[in-house]
Amino acid sequence: MTFLKRYLIPRLIQYVLVIWLGITVVFFIPRLIPNDPVMRMVNEMRARGSTLEPGAMDGIIRDLTEMYGLQGSWLDQYWAFWGRLFRGDFGVSFFQFPTRVNRLIGTAMPWTLGLLVTTTAISWIVGNIIGGLAGYYSRKTWSRTLDAIAMVIRPLPYYIFAFALILLLGWVVHWFPITGGASLGALPTFTWVYIKDVLWHAFLPALSLSVLGGAVTFQTMKLIVQNVNAESYVQYAKLGGVTEGRIVSKYVIRNAMLPQITGLALSLGQIFSGALITEIVYGYPGVGMLLYNSIIRADYNLIMGITIFAIVGITTAILIVDLTYPLFDPRVRYY
Amino acid sequence: MKVLRDLFRDFRFTVSFIVLVIILILAVLSNFSPYEPTLWHVVPVDLKPSAKYWLGTDSNGQDIFWQATFAVRNSLIISLIAALVSRVIAILVGMVAGYVGGATDRVLMFISDGLLVIPIFLIFVLLAMLVRQYMNLVLLGLMLSLLSWPWDARLIRSMILSLREREFTKTAILSGTGTVKLVLNEYMPFAMPLIFSTLINNMAFAIGLEITLAFLGLVNLTIPTLGTMLNWAITYQAILLGRWWWVLTPVVLSLFLFIALYWLSVSISEYLDPRTRIQRVGA
Repeated sequence: MTFLKRYLIPRLIQYVLVIWLGITVVFFIPRLIPNDPVMRMVNEMRARGSTLEPGAMDGIIRDLTEMYGLQGSWLDQYWAFWGRLFRGDFGVSFFQFPTRVNRLIGTAMPWTLGLLVTTTAISWIVGNIIGGLAGYYSRKTWSRTLDAIAMVIRPLPYYIFAFALILLLGWVVHWFPITGGASLGALPTFTWVYIKDVLWHAFLPALSLSVLGGAVTFQTMKLIVQNVNAESYVQYAKLGGVTEGRIVSKYVIRNAMLPQITGLALSLGQIFSGALITEIVYGYPGVGMLLYNSIIRADYNLIMGITIFAIVGITTAILIVDLTYPLFDPRVRYY
Repeated sequence: MKVLRDLFRDFRFTVSFIVLVIILILAVLSNFSPYEPTLWHVVPVDLKPSAKYWLGTDSNGQDIFWQATFAVRNSLIISLIAALVSRVIAILVGMVAGYVGGATDRVLMFISDGLLVIPIFLIFVLLAMLVRQYMNLVLLGLMLSLLSWPWDARLIRSMILSLREREFTKTAILSGTGTVKLVLNEYMPFAMPLIFSTLINNMAFAIGLEITLAFLGLVNLTIPTLGTMLNWAITYQAILLGRWWWVLTPVVLSLFLFIALYWLSVSISEYLDPRTRIQRVGA
């Protein structure tokens, strides 16, 4: 019961509040800019030579006005905005006109989710294990070598790193396709050939995401383990003759993992943004590519939809990570 | 001077220091450029690096070496604006939250936590879409500073929390020191190193985000920065056409810049935190 009161309920309240804060920020941004966003967007679309029938243009103006909710006072607008969100209504996309934003995001989401979940899981687990071992055996040459490599990779932004990989593996040695999510004209079926094709195309984006994520996890884990190593209970276990494998896995890594779980939760937003950029660099057909197209065509509805989806999705993912925390930390379980 | 000597003992500090000095010299050189950075077709297009054009020329008819000096300068200006302004916000929020505590603390920390977890990159895209027509260096720097303070505010807050419990705080308060004076005179010196190392990290973050926004075409593409240089190279398919000198210049410059900034901040914060220093030396 105390667990519920002291951990679960405050956490759920925080979850709701963060979503509220994020979406409120999204609501206010267009309103703080001192010009009429609707006409600006429409003009921009015209300037880019989007050809739409007049009826469609009227629909867009109405839709934009409604999406921005520019009728009535700010308070009315705010209520209407939330009303639409709760109905799951993000309006229509402009660059693929009658298609609803929800549909577009729905088609792109599986690609992004597949890439994101796999790479985050791989980089987090592998980074922690290697980082833990490297921290425990921090005097060994291999540990120092890995640390030096991580020192070089860690500061690179997703974009630059993805670009360097493309230049090297896709363009210089031609090992991997440099763009797309599957071969052109391949039909999405559940055959081995198609799945292999998808995995083949996903390899480079996945590699750049996991290496970057892994380098960060590796470094933080190594530092934490080095600190845990200095704790007296580790010394005690060593003196007590506990086998080294057991010390590393049950005493050191187990304890060092706890801040890493929190760290994963805190960095999910950044990882997601990184995945979007990586997708754009590799022309991978996920949400990132959708975002890129919507920026190029000034499709404000779609960008807004993606942002709101991302806010809700990421905070939910963080909530899930946080809720698994008691499984690893008995102190939280038995408050 | 002893501090510097100790710092130079760390080879990462030495390397990053040298790289940054070279990059700074490049930025200063932009003042001596024979060409106007915004003008096109001032030199023949698509020339390989040669004695006359050190890093070749691009398809816009600009000299890549001199263009790069402007790009480095502008990227540094953006990142400095972003880092300095966000430092001010972070210091204010962190100190107020840590010192005042209570409900103020909870509200401020809630906002900063919220900004930490939501994908601020997308918020930037939204913002940049709307102000694209007014976009310039200062505005971009301010925009980047607006959302990059939360993590550092948190660090400063936790530092103030522990300082507040120290003996000298009570002495100062009992001897009648005002809050502002206490915070500025007594707490600032403790927070300064932390602020400096987050400043460097923040600069790297701002440069990275600028490159990303430029890649998406969300900044003013006529102002040369590392991001816009790369954007032009990609727009003109420089990779496929084999104009490697055009693509490599911004990529290599930013690689060096990012690694140098990161190493500088790591070596300084390791120097400031004796615990990690001991681990590194291996006592």
